[in-house]
Amino acid sequence: MFEVIFLQFLNGLDKGSAYALIALGLTIVFGTLGVVNFAHGALFMLGCFCAVAFRRLLTLETVTIDPEKLSPWGQPLQVREPLVQAWFGDFGAILVNYSVPLSLLLTVPVMLLVGVAMERGLIKFFYKRPHAEQILVTFGLAIVIGELVKAFFGPNPHPQPMPTDLRGAADIGAWLGMRAGVITYPLWRLIYFLFAVSIIGAVFAFLQFTTFGMVVRAGMADRETVGILGIDIDRRFTIMFGIAAVVAGMAGVMYTPLLPPNYTLGMDFLVISFVVVVVGGMGSLPGAVTAGFLLGILQSFASMTQVKAIFPGIDQIIIYLVAVVILLVRPRGLMGRRGVMEA
Amino acid sequence: MTKFHMNRRGILKGAGAGLVTLATPHFFTKGAWAQDFCNNPTGGTVTFGLNLPLTGTYAEEGADELKAYELAIKHLNGEGDGGLLNVLKPSALKGNGILGKKVEFVTSDSQTLSDVARAGATRMIERDNAIMITGGSSSGEAIAVQSLCQEMGIIFMAGLTHSNDTTGKDKRRYGFRHFFNAYQSGIAIAPVIGEAYGNDRRAYHLTADYTWGWTQEESIKAATEALGWETVAAVRTPLGAGDYSQFLTPVLNSGADVLILNHYGNDMVNSLTQAVQFGMRDRQANGKQFEIVVPLFSELMAKGAGENIKGIFGTSNWHWALEDEGSQAFTKSFGAAYGSPPSQAAHTAYVQALLYADAVERAGTFYPPEVIKALEGFEFDGMGNGPTLYRAEDHQCMKSVLVVRGNENPTSQFDVLDVVQEVSRETTTYDPSIFGGELGSAEPVPQCT
Repeated sequence: MFEVIFLQFLNGLDKGSAYALIALGLTIVFGTLGVVNFAHGALFMLGCFCAVAFRRLLTLETVTIDPEKLSPWGQPLQVREPLVQAWFGDFGAILVNYSVPLSLLLTVPVMLLVGVAMERGLIKFFYKRPHAEQILVTFGLAIVIGELVKAFFGPNPHPQPMPTDLRGAADIGAWLGMRAGVITYPLWRLIYFLFAVSIIGAVFAFLQFTTFGMVVRAGMADRETVGILGIDIDRRFTIMFGIAAVVAGMAGVMYTPLLPPNYTLGMDFLVISFVVVVVGGMGSLPGAVTAGFLLGILQSFASMTQVKAIFPGIDQIIIYLVAVVILLVRPRGLMGRRGVMEA
Repeated sequence: MTKFHMNRRGILKGAGAGLVTLATPHFFTKGAWAQDFCNNPTGGTVTFGLNLPLTGTYAEEGADELKAYELAIKHLNGEGDGGLLNVLKPSALKGNGILGKKVEFVTSDSQTLSDVARAGATRMIERDNAIMITGGSSSGEAIAVQSLCQEMGIIFMAGLTHSNDTTGKDKRRYGFRHFFNAYQSGIAIAPVIGEAYGNDRRAYHLTADYTWGWTQEESIKAATEALGWETVAAVRTPLGAGDYSQFLTPVLNSGADVLILNHYGNDMVNSLTQAVQFGMRDRQANGKQFEIVVPLFSELMAKGAGENIKGIFGTSNWHWALEDEGSQAFTKSFGAAYGSPPSQAAHTAYVQALLYADAVERAGTFYPPEVIKALEGFEFDGMGNGPTLYRAEDHQCMKSVLVVRGNENPTSQFDVLDVVQEVSRETTTYDPSIFGGELGSAEPVPQCT
C-alpha cells in the first residue's frame, strides 16, 4: 500500500507543478497590476507552441528521389533528410533529440516580448476598469491567441518527443533502498517537478533578494507611495508581466512531452489554475504555489481506485469541491491577505 | 333544398371512373410516390454528405477518410485509374457517376463529438440536400448520426465505428457498417495473445468512457476470461483525457501483468506512450514479463506511437500490405494520389462509398427502401477483405479480421504493422441476435422537406 500512496504522491507533485507554475504567473499579474488575466492560459499554450515551432525549424528537410527504391504503390521513393543533420552530422541529431529543452532558448525572449507587448498594447488600458471588464477583455484575447495558433498550426495536437536518454522510468524504490521495480516513475515527470521547483525558487529569489524585486514588492504593498518616491513602478510592473509570461511559457515548453499541445490547451489549464489561485489566496505568491501542489496531490489521491470505488467520479470534481469549501469558510484563501475577496 | 338524382347515365359514369382507378397499374402509382422522398436528386448531380472528425481525438483518421472519399468520388465519376471499381465483384458500377448523375460532396467537421456530428449531418441533409451521409471515426458519432438518418429517411454508410452497439442494440434499418466490431476483435485476438502470453494472466483494462470503449472492454474481457485470464480491474477514462498518469499509476501495483488499452486515436497514442514512460514494458509482474495489448489499432496510431508500438498485439479491419488484387489496387491508387499508403479508416470509407453507389445502380433508383433491399444480404468480393456478406439481419459486414502486431524491424516509415494472422469470416461470424436491437422500418418519414 505504501508504494501505491507514494506513487500517487509523486503523481500529485507532477500535476501540481504545472498548476503551481501557471498560478504563480497569474498571481504575479494580479498582485502587481491588479488585473485578473484570463489570457494567462493562452500564454502557457503559446510556450508549448514555441517548442513546436523550434522543432519544426530543426527538422526542416531536403527531399530527394531515390530511383532505385520503390514505394509500396510503385513510385520512386522519396528520401527525406533533416537539414540540421545534413549540416552538422551527429551534433545535428543531438540538437533534434534535445529540441524540447533547447527550445527554452527561443521561448524566453519570445514570451518576454509577447508579455510586454500584451501589457503595453492592451492590459494597461484596463488597470482602473472593473474586474468584470478585465476578465472580458483578457478572455477575448485568449480566444484570439487560440485562433491564431489554430490558423498557423492547425487544430490537432502536436506530439513532442522527449530526449531519448530521458525516456523511461526512474527506479525510485531502488534509490530508497527498496526492492528494484517496486516504485518506478517516469524520468521526465521527475525532471518537470525539479524544473518547476527551480523556476519557482528563482522567481521568489528574484523578488526577495534583488533591488528590482524589493521595489516590486513595495509597489505591490503600496503603489502610490512608491510612485511618490520617484520610482517608475509602472515600468517595473510591465517587466513583471513579461516575467509572468516567461514563466507560463517555460512551463508550457517542458510540458509538451507529457501532453501533446493543441490550441485549446490554455483554456483547459486556465480554469484549474484560477481555482488554485482562489484556494491559495488572490495575490499571494506562496499561497498559489502551495495550493498548486496541494490540489495536485489531492486530485491524484482522489483518482485512486479505492477512493473512486467509494466516491465514483470524485477525481474530476475534487478541486472544485475544495474551492467551494474554501470560498464558504475562508474567502480570502489559504494564504490570502485579509480583506481580499472578503466583504 | 337540393335533390339527389340518380339515373342510369350517372351510375355508368361513376362505375366507369371507379373501374379505371382500380385498373391503373400498381407500378404506375408506386413510381409516383416513390419519387417523393428526402433529397431525391432531380438535376444532373447527386451529393454525398461526408461527416468527418477533422479535429479532436480521432482527427488523423478523419483526415485519411476524407482523402479516401475524394478518391472514391473521382473513381465513381470516371476519373483517375478507377481504383476498386475494376475489381469489385459483382459490380453494377459504370464509372459515369451514379445512375448517370455526377457525384459531388459536402463535408462537415464532427470534431469527434456526437452532438456536433448530428448537427452537421442535419445541416448536410436539410441545406445541402445530401442523398447519403457517410463517415465518422467514433461509435458515439456513428450511433447518433445513424439514429438521425433513420428519422430522416437518409441512408447512413458508417465509416470507422467498432462498437458492438452500432449494429447491435442501436442498429437501424438506414445504417450500414462495413468495419468490423469489438466482438469480432475479441474472437480474433484471444487465441493469439493466449498463445503468446499464456493462459494464466491478470489483466487491467483502461477504457475510453463511451459506447465503443464499453463494448470493447466487455468483449475483450469475455474473450480473455474464456482463456483463463483474470480481470483485475477495468477503469474508465474520459475521451480525450490527454494525461493518463493518474490512471496508469494504480496499474503498477495492482497485481496485473497485462495492461489492455481500450483507447483509440490520439487517446491510444497518449496512453500507450505514457504507459511506456512509466516503465511498463520493462517490468516484471507475477514472475512474468509485463505486457500491453491494444485490441484495436491502425497504422496511423502506430506511426503516432513510434517505437512504443513495437511488438504490441491488436486487430485491424484491413492492411495496405495485403496481397489480394483489391488491396493492391487500392494501395496503388491512394499512394499515387497522396504519397502514403491508406489506413484502415480510409479503406472502409472508400469501400462504403462504392458499395452505396453500386446498390443504387442495382436498385435502379435512389429511393432508400430499394437501396436498402439491394444492400441487405449482398455478397461481394474484391474489396480487400475476401468474400464479404452485408448481413441483412443487422447490416454488419461479415468478413475476415486481421490480428496485427507493431513491427519490430520496419523497413520503411510505412512498414509499422505486421499482419500476424488473417482470421476467417467463418470464425468471426456470430449470431446477430446476441446483441438485441431492432432495425426498424424501411419506409421513410418525410421529415427533410
